[in-house]
Amino acid sequence: MFDAFSALTLARMQFAFTISFHFIFPAFSIGLASYLAVLEGLWLRTGRDVYLQLFKYWLKIFAITFGMGVVSGIVMAYQFGTNWAVFSDKAGPVIGPLMAYEVLTAFFLEAGFLGVMLFGLEKVGKKLHFAATCMVATGTAISAFWIIAVNSWMQTPQGYGINAQGQFFATSWLEVIFNPSMPYRLVHVLLAAYLTTAMVVGGAGAWHLLKDRRAGKTPREGTRIMFSMAMWMAALVAPLQIVAGHEHGTNTLEYQPAKISAMEGHYKSYPGGPDGGAPLILFGIPDDKAQVMRYPVEIPRIGSVILKSDIEAPMAGLDQVPPENRAPVGIVFWSFRIMVGIGMLMLLMGGWSLWARYRNTLHSDAWLHRLALVMGPTGFVAVLAGWITTEVGRQPFTVFGLLRTAESASPLAAPAVAASLIAFVVVYFAVFGVGTWFIIKLMGHEPTPGEEGPTRGDVTRTASLTPVPALDAGAALAE
Amino acid sequence: MAPNDTLSLVWAGIIALAVFGYVVMDGFDLGIGILFPWLEKGEQRNTAINTIAPVWDGNETWLVLGGGGLFAAFPLAYAVLMPAVYTPIIAMLLGLVFRGVAFEYRTRTTRLWIWDRAFAFGSMMAAFSQGVILGAILQGVTVSGRGYGGGWWDWFSPFSVLTGLSVMAGYALLGACWLIYRTENSLQDQAFALAKLTGVATLVAVVAVSLATPFLNHDYFSRWFETPGIYLSAPVPILVGVTALLFVRALRLRAQVQPFLLALALFLLSFIGLGISMFPWLVPGEVSIFEAAAPENSQFFMLIGVGIMLPIIIGYTGYAYWVFRGKVGHEGYH
Ligand code: HDD
Ligand code: HEM
Ligand code: HEM
Repeated sequence: MFDAFSALTLARMQFAFTISFHFIFPAFSIGLASYLAVLEGLWLRTGRDVYLQLFKYWLKIFAITFGMGVVSGIVMAYQFGTNWAVFSDKAGPVIGPLMAYEVLTAFFLEAGFLGVMLFGLEKVGKKLHFAATCMVATGTAISAFWIIAVNSWMQTPQGYGINAQGQFFATSWLEVIFNPSMPYRLVHVLLAAYLTTAMVVGGAGAWHLLKDRRAGKTPREGTRIMFSMAMWMAALVAPLQIVAGHEHGTNTLEYQPAKISAMEGHYKSYPGGPDGGAPLILFGIPDDKAQVMRYPVEIPRIGSVILKSDIEAPMAGLDQVPPENRAPVGIVFWSFRIMVGIGMLMLLMGGWSLWARYRNTLHSDAWLHRLALVMGPTGFVAVLAGWITTEVGRQPFTVFGLLRTAESASPLAAPAVAASLIAFVVVYFAVFGVGTWFIIKLMGHEPTPGEEGPTRGDVTRTASLTPVPALDAGAALAE
Repeated sequence: MAPNDTLSLVWAGIIALAVFGYVVMDGFDLGIGILFPWLEKGEQRNTAINTIAPVWDGNETWLVLGGGGLFAAFPLAYAVLMPAVYTPIIAMLLGLVFRGVAFEYRTRTTRLWIWDRAFAFGSMMAAFSQGVILGAILQGVTVSGRGYGGGWWDWFSPFSVLTGLSVMAGYALLGACWLIYRTENSLQDQAFALAKLTGVATLVAVVAVSLATPFLNHDYFSRWFETPGIYLSAPVPILVGVTALLFVRALRLRAQVQPFLLALALFLLSFIGLGISMFPWLVPGEVSIFEAAAPENSQFFMLIGVGIMLPIIIGYTGYAYWVFRGKVGHEGYH
């Protein structure tokens, strides 16, 4: 069955599969860690029990998400060597140290303070506990900083030289880390994580609001607050994200114009001038073989306005790029539209929530709640669509313009990669499927007064991911 | 940008430290997974898990540091070795996935047996794979150009299976001794019994691997059995013998901490033995640490980070162990 695939294709599928799965968890845990810090901060300031309820409610979900993030992340750390050995040899001297810094400054920090955050509330006192929560949140952001620096350097390399063995080396670490696309990508990814979390929190809130409404109950305070907080987040961050995404795109136009051509579906160049500006192609069917856009639905000349703020600006298309350097337009064009479309829906929902708030119907507007429920998982879709745009748009290079994907792969036999790909698919769907099910079950009940933390009942004060099961009072770690 | 030999030696030391740190720390918590089937369901198993719950996540981070450090400081070695041990690496990673989530899932499920099995199975698979990886590297790897030149089953040999089983035995020993140290009553009794068995198994394994290694290639042989290598290497087996005797005595006396410390000593000696066989090779006979080294400024840039962060990390890791010291059991921490 895998005869049709080369080892290279399989390695790409494997990398794409494992990284996509991995990134789902950080996208949620980065946002959730900050949300938890905010909730605990509010609790400490106001002393209102409802914030503690919410904190404990989301903490349990965080514990599971984080656990899945850790194990899928360890896989990633080794994927470079197993599947991309040539790339590792060549790019290792530049990106390896950045990843080592990630381990030293982020992973150990997270692992060190996670225990206190999950189980130490009674043990270390409120203030210290809050500090631990903030440390974990900071750790996730530091982790994003380094890994985004790595990825961005591969997109827009600078500050490097190439030695006699063909390896990249750094001539300036500052230039390597703060490469041209890095600030844009970091901001965009962090905002994406916050939005993803807001969507999940808002979706869970909306679900309970709808259920309570149907049952004729008044929703609990915790439910109302979390829904309201999520809607604030959507209203504030969605517009920011659109601005950030736009800036990101302008930056990409400068450094990776071929990627923009693929995203915009511009197979041919537009000369510019009074009637020569590029259109904005809303939809269409990209035909890579013929290199034309079929059935385009387009707004004339707006493409030039968006990308270059000048209705008469010329725009280079893929016809300016040597055929062997073109990315596949079909995937990039559509994944970009999925992401932007979801961004627009988030903006719509945020605006609607402001309107509802103004009219005092935030907690009674059933159609808003239905929309929020549907939007619940869309953050993940947008995030994955965004990464696919970025990564596929970089093709056929791993280090943009310098190292080809086809020259990056390990010298492996196709059956080896196929077997491991199958193993990953089976194990990931089974294991992470169960974890997702646990999370959905946890979200299925409302945050209630007396909400338990990840430790059930009164049994434990262990500081780690692992609570002692309530069924096992005998093994309690009471002091 | 050329490599710098002194820096490369320093980095070899740092990575050796990270790997050793990983082996002993994740070693005992993987060991508990390996021993899981021999612990009673319910209380014994929960207590055993509680002893490692506070620390396993931090322990596993050393694996990322070891792998990441190799990638960054010796990219060529990483590029050659990873494809060479492709299959056992993937098996190890999948094993770690199973056992890592089992920690969290165990407490959320009504089907405990699934996740208890996943925990045991994942731990065994990870430990066995790590041993196989070690054996596969020791027995030599085909290199062509700047890459791996062999097939995808080259790692598999009687020797690598032997090292795989040996590492399982060794981790199980660490796990049993850790339980002696951290638990009491029936679980501790069980741990003593298991320590005896796994102790014997580990010694047999150490002897078998030590006898087999020198015959893998002439270079190893001369380091162990010919002058002048023998002067350097002879103390190692002697110290292993002494440690073994002390270990037997410690079990007899039902000492609490000593068995664990002696098991650690045994690991340290084996590790030194490995170092004697391997140095200065990362890929035996093919790629030395000096050839694999990243350019000087890569190693130097990272060294700053390690110099600042490693003491801090060791500090708070030590603190975590300190907070959770003492016996875990019915009466909790003493
Ligand atoms: C923007 C954020 C982001 C991105 C793009 C990635 N990760 Fe990640 N990663 C995290 C954000 C993160 C995190 C939020 O920091 C995690 C999630 C759960 C955790 O423990 O930390 C994490 C965990 C995590 C771990 C486990 C750490 C531990 O032992 O505690 C490893 C080894 C990696 N990641 C490695 C990678 C690699 C090799 C990636 C790319 C190929 C990657 N991550 C992409
Ligand atoms: C350290 C950061 C990263 C590095 C070094 C990296 C590197 C690579 C490499 C080597 C490939 C293989 C080339 C290919 O498959 O075509 C690839 C592809 C891919 N990566 Fe990344 N990547 C990184 C981060 C991410 C992240 C965080 C995601 C998020 C989900 C991601 C998504 C993808 C996808 C979807 C592909 C497949 C592209 C395709 O089908 O061609 N990458 N990346
Ligand atoms: C509607 C407005 C949006 C615009 C204009 C936009 C723009 C962009 C652009 C141009 C890229 C590709 C950057 C490159 O060249 O590599 C990108 C990537 C990405 N987008 Fe968006 N985006 C928008 C909304 C969103 C939303 C709502 C999310 C998630 C919640 C999101 C998540 C991502 C992610 C994770 C990436 C990949 C990482 C990166 O390159 O930054 N985007 N976005």
